[in-house]
Amino acid sequence: MKTMLAIISNALCRMTGRNAGAQTVSEGARVVVSRSFADFTPQATFDIKKCDLHRLEEGPPVKAELTREQGLQYYRTMQTVRRMELKADQLYKQKIIRGFCHLYDGQEACAAGIEAAINPSDHLITAYRAHGYTYTRGVSVKEILAELTGRRGGVAKGKGGSMHMYAPHFYGGNGIVGAQVPLGAGIALACQYQGNNQVCVTLYGDGAANQGQLFESYNMAALWKLPCIFICENNKYGMGTSVERAAASTDYYKRGDFIPGLRVDGMDVLCVREATQFAADHCRAGKGPIIMELQTYRYHGHSMSDPGVSYRTREEIQEVRSKSDPISMLKERMLSHNMASVEEFKEIDIEIRKQVEEATQFATSDPEPPLEELCNHIFSKNPPLEMSK
Amino acid sequence: MAASLRCFLRSGKNTVSALQRRDFHRSAPAAVQMTVRDALNQAMDEELERDERVFLLGEEVAQYDGAYKVSRGLWKKYGDKRIIDTPISEINVLLQAGLRPICEFMTFNFSMQAIDQIINSAAKTYYMSAGLQSVPIVFRGPNGASAGVAAQHSQCFAAWYGHCPGLKVVSPWNSEDAKGLLKSAIRDENPVVVLENELLYGVPFEMSEEAQSKDFTIPIGKAKIERQGNSITLVAHSRYVGHCLDAAAVLAKEGIECEVINLRTIRPMDVETIETSVMKTNHLVTVEGGWPQFGIGAEICARIMEGPAFNYLDSPVTRVTGVDIPMPYAKILEDHSLPQVKDIIFSVKKTLNI
Repeated sequence: MKTMLAIISNALCRMTGRNAGAQTVSEGARVVVSRSFADFTPQATFDIKKCDLHRLEEGPPVKAELTREQGLQYYRTMQTVRRMELKADQLYKQKIIRGFCHLYDGQEACAAGIEAAINPSDHLITAYRAHGYTYTRGVSVKEILAELTGRRGGVAKGKGGSMHMYAPHFYGGNGIVGAQVPLGAGIALACQYQGNNQVCVTLYGDGAANQGQLFESYNMAALWKLPCIFICENNKYGMGTSVERAAASTDYYKRGDFIPGLRVDGMDVLCVREATQFAADHCRAGKGPIIMELQTYRYHGHSMSDPGVSYRTREEIQEVRSKSDPISMLKERMLSHNMASVEEFKEIDIEIRKQVEEATQFATSDPEPPLEELCNHIFSKNPPLEMSK
Repeated sequence: MAASLRCFLRSGKNTVSALQRRDFHRSAPAAVQMTVRDALNQAMDEELERDERVFLLGEEVAQYDGAYKVSRGLWKKYGDKRIIDTPISEINVLLQAGLRPICEFMTFNFSMQAIDQIINSAAKTYYMSAGLQSVPIVFRGPNGASAGVAAQHSQCFAAWYGHCPGLKVVSPWNSEDAKGLLKSAIRDENPVVVLENELLYGVPFEMSEEAQSKDFTIPIGKAKIERQGNSITLVAHSRYVGHCLDAAAVLAKEGIECEVINLRTIRPMDVETIETSVMKTNHLVTVEGGWPQFGIGAEICARIMEGPAFNYLDSPVTRVTGVDIPMPYAKILEDHSLPQVKDIIFSVKKTLNI
């Protein structure tokens, strides 16, 4: 009987467009009604923020469709990246990770949204805040953490570290600010050369946006109509310098001048997905490059050696966390549209926690690379070089 | 023993007034004369034909036929897709996933604008990725002094690139070197820097029948003994191999027989060939166009000292190098800021204590 009422109530709520989240089952009552999957809304449409446009007549749609499966998948991806980064923070403070460590928490919607809109056969290159993308491009948490701890089981056998992780169709992880952008344009050139209808997503930050080599890349990409999606992850700070103090124009989506651009809400995974889909379609249609500016935020400082509060206020960080957190936003959307249950999300969280713990176990117990690896991988397909000691 | 006909090579790309010819033992009847420029052109043509992943990009390489005409005719033959004119953007060093680009620098002086990419994105990537991402790219162009192009256009980068693990660096002298090394570079899975020499582009050399074949390659990492001798070892790369041979001809009249080694590859350097030679001759002079500090000669000295050949040296090694100054413009000054044949002769005699 109660189930029947629940179903009718849902139906009524949907018809009236009312928030179906305020359920027939009152929060306080804790009624034991096991919800089967049949109870959940399989698909819903959400309003997303309209993108600002530069040299474009139309932009991405202002409504996004989300299926239950997709929602859970995006949630899982973002939550995994979040937990992985927080674990990296912990390990760094324990001095188990050393050197540079640039964390991505807060920006998960960018990596998850982009990956949702491109194919595994497309290409992606980014700068040093790369752990999120390394994951979305297919590397396991285990191999990422083991690379951070410098063990032989790491994705680069411990020889790359935080900023130099690679995977098929993922070109790192690049330490020199802005250098990855000409590389990305080159990958796009290869896509065009080979005629394979693939695109290259080339990411950079608001700090790198002022580098000269970007403008050289914009010129060539536009001149030759390369299928390159230039994406600026604007997290408002280039290290400790706010965008107002660094750039004469903070409209990063317009900085490509003759290249069309979109400014996108980078905290909303659906917005990022729709915009990336739009951009990919643009490139695949042979229209040339396009720029996306994702407005996003990082909770951590620039790197682990930066507390992140000398150039911004704790209040600001707290405000973003409470009002715009990408994971919370997705979760609330799904809950409010009855696409999943609180328990389900909890279960996913527990699974992820377990996965990250296991990965940590591996990353802290796996041995360091053997000394024989020292001089390996200098050259491809070469006999080993003699090194004078 | 074939008699050798030798003239001295005058500097200046428009005033090559003599040609230098080496006769080989039993020179093959089918040997032809070919300039270094044509040898490089032939190498690229053959490799473009052989593998469609190979392509050439650089400033003026297509419609202009190349700033120094090295890529003459290639655009007409292969078209826009394979021969790409780039804007003045030395960051035309782009990562071309799965392709095998040849990136031409109009001169290696401009490569400094892209040197971050060459070192940090090309040279180190295979190592940083522990073998996941290889970079089969060739960077080529004229290196070192030309004639009258002054300080910013005359620097030798052999020591700069030779310093970096992950790169291979070659420096051809004659046409066979140019063709064989460039083909090897293009076929190599790793980033290779090919340091050509603008003054040599127009110089004809003999190309043996073997060298004319489409599959003629010279192994990277192996030096060549251009002239046998017992008195002293001369080691050089690029243009100065010719200078050493000229000096050797003069010294031979006085009974001093120089063994001349053409390094061919800067990195990895073929130290063994040098050591074997020094163990025979007991004396060593190095010759290079670059500056002395931290240069090719300095490296050779260190390596000789560290190896078995040290005990065979009868006198310290002498380095003949470019003068430690930015290249001046006035001809008389320019001529005196680079090794001349007489400098090599002087150094040999000094080393031999004659």
